Amino acid sequence: MNYLDFEKPLAEIEGKAEELRALARRNEEMDVEAEAKALDKKASDLLVDLYRDLSPWRKCQVARHPDRPHCRDYIEALFTEYTPLAGDRNFADDHAVMGGLARFDDTPVVVIGHEKGHDTKTRIERNFGMARPEGYRKAVRLMDLADRFNLPVVTLVDTPGAYPGKGAEERGQSEAIARSTEKCLQIRVPLISVIIGEGGSGGAVAFATADRLAMLEHSIYSVISPEGCASILWKDAEKMREAAEALRLTAQDLKRLGVADHIIKEPMGGAQRDRDATIAAVGKAIGALLAEMDGQSGKTLVKARRKKYLDMGSKGLAA
Amino acid sequence: MNWITNYVRPRINSIFSRREMPENLWTKCDECGTMLFHRELAENLNVCTNCDHHMAIRPRDRFTALFDNGIFSEIEVPKPLSDPLHFRDQKRYPDRMKAAQRSTGEAEAMLIAEGEVGRSRIVAAAQDFSFMGGSMGMYVGNAIVAAAERAVKRKLPFVLFSAAGGARMQEGILSLMQMPRTTVAVQMLREAGLPYIVVLTHPTTGGVTASYAMLGDIHIAEPNALICFAGPRVIEQTIRETLPEGFQRSEYLLDHGMLDRVTHRGKMRDELITIIRLLTGQPPAVRGDLPAPEPIVSEPDAPVAPPTAEAPKTS
Ligand SMILES: [Zn+2]
Repeated sequence: MNYLDFEKPLAEIEGKAEELRALARRNEEMDVEAEAKALDKKASDLLVDLYRDLSPWRKCQVARHPDRPHCRDYIEALFTEYTPLAGDRNFADDHAVMGGLARFDDTPVVVIGHEKGHDTKTRIERNFGMARPEGYRKAVRLMDLADRFNLPVVTLVDTPGAYPGKGAEERGQSEAIARSTEKCLQIRVPLISVIIGEGGSGGAVAFATADRLAMLEHSIYSVISPEGCASILWKDAEKMREAAEALRLTAQDLKRLGVADHIIKEPMGGAQRDRDATIAAVGKAIGALLAEMDGQSGKTLVKARRKKYLDMGSKGLAA
Repeated sequence: MNWITNYVRPRINSIFSRREMPENLWTKCDECGTMLFHRELAENLNVCTNCDHHMAIRPRDRFTALFDNGIFSEIEVPKPLSDPLHFRDQKRYPDRMKAAQRSTGEAEAMLIAEGEVGRSRIVAAAQDFSFMGGSMGMYVGNAIVAAAERAVKRKLPFVLFSAAGGARMQEGILSLMQMPRTTVAVQMLREAGLPYIVVLTHPTTGGVTASYAMLGDIHIAEPNALICFAGPRVIEQTIRETLPEGFQRSEYLLDHGMLDRVTHRGKMRDELITIIRLLTGQPPAVRGDLPAPEPIVSEPDAPVAPPTAEAPKTS
């Protein structure tokens, strides 16, 4: 279990309870259960307390928690017959972006998402979920495929943002992001997107421009990282708490602004505390949102999707 | 080049380098350091007469030079909510806005207009880098949507001059949402079969590049403009990669296939006329037939004669 800095007091209590139980396992005469249970209770009260009203910055930390389920976990658990399709037919296959054909509740779909990796090796392989131009171009290709064969598209968004690298710029990541967003607005099939962790700026928009956007309770979606915003506007990257507050990047604020359509509740203490329950909740939401799109013609879908984005923001926080 | 730039200019510069310059009348080229008369610089569309460095040009000056006889009618932009997030960093967003409005004399970071260019009617948009770095917020989104709607309604080509540091952070996610929003505007043009020409000027970066600036039918850039998603400093700081000479500049992007052309500002109008006429099936432009644009004069001040040299006449 990885603890976040604000969870330190919790780590201590949970650690103590664990120690007690370990002691009792080695020493049969010891009865620690009552004491351990008291600590459990204290821990769970503290957890509720900590997570009752998470500050925006803490939400950023939870959204980036390394133990949260990632794209690959959702695909494995929620889809059957997942058949990865690789490559942008131009330059390379981008491992920061997973995608392919699959079934969701028996329905053939195309699923696409950012994968951050879960240990040092896979994180490097996945470039920490930061796509290069080939990732967006692969997504465009898969969305085109979905459009031609009338398959709904599900995207799972979890990226710090586009990759600030020489090659990515040279190969036109601006254009690649723009084309992916454009494709999202063109396809004549339902497009459902879920932000499962971090929705980092243009890299997220490229996949999250959808008929319905759901966000996990502690996920974020932002024009810039709080650290980046702090270093530009406050001239001090340490002001990320203030920046996170000002940017209104939480799922709750995005719902109020009309950017997110649906919030998926996370287990107490965040997705990382009960990965299976989180994955199940996301699956339920995807099913419900796909059902909302059921039976709509391609033309209707595209028209409504474009209208949604044209109207967006007109009411501010009162939306 | 002429005798003034070759001979008089260096002399003037050497004389002036150790003296105080009357700042309101002279601008120093940040590329070659030449001191340039405002009036002369304005007549050259803010391109250095010595080294051809393209400096920023305000949308109104750009349009005055672009449209026939400098005549255009501004298109009204629907006002978005001001300060939708109640954003506050070290300053309140409304205060930053007011300061930008005072210093630029403009309402926001984009101007849109309709008029004739070489006798072809077009809709044009120009982003104003001097207004909060040209940043793309809801107003800029509204402007692009309004311009596209006007173009569709009147079946006119749309020419957009981009210049921006990216999205406007003070509008948070709503600035990010201008990426899909402006993309819808581009799609309206495309579906109506209307040309959408993007002229990328220095600098065009971030979410602006990653949306409407890279979705044109034709991409033309002014020379040496920085065009990118992530800027060179961000790349050097985060990835610690050393970047080649001219990286992310117009000519580099042209070499890497992201642009159709790199065109000097002085030739831009003629080139746009040619392209628009070709794309819309009009006969070639006949030089004598086309009204020449009026020279633009930003400030009416007469140049003050430098102490030991004649005030250069405009060439
Ligand atoms: Zn110069």
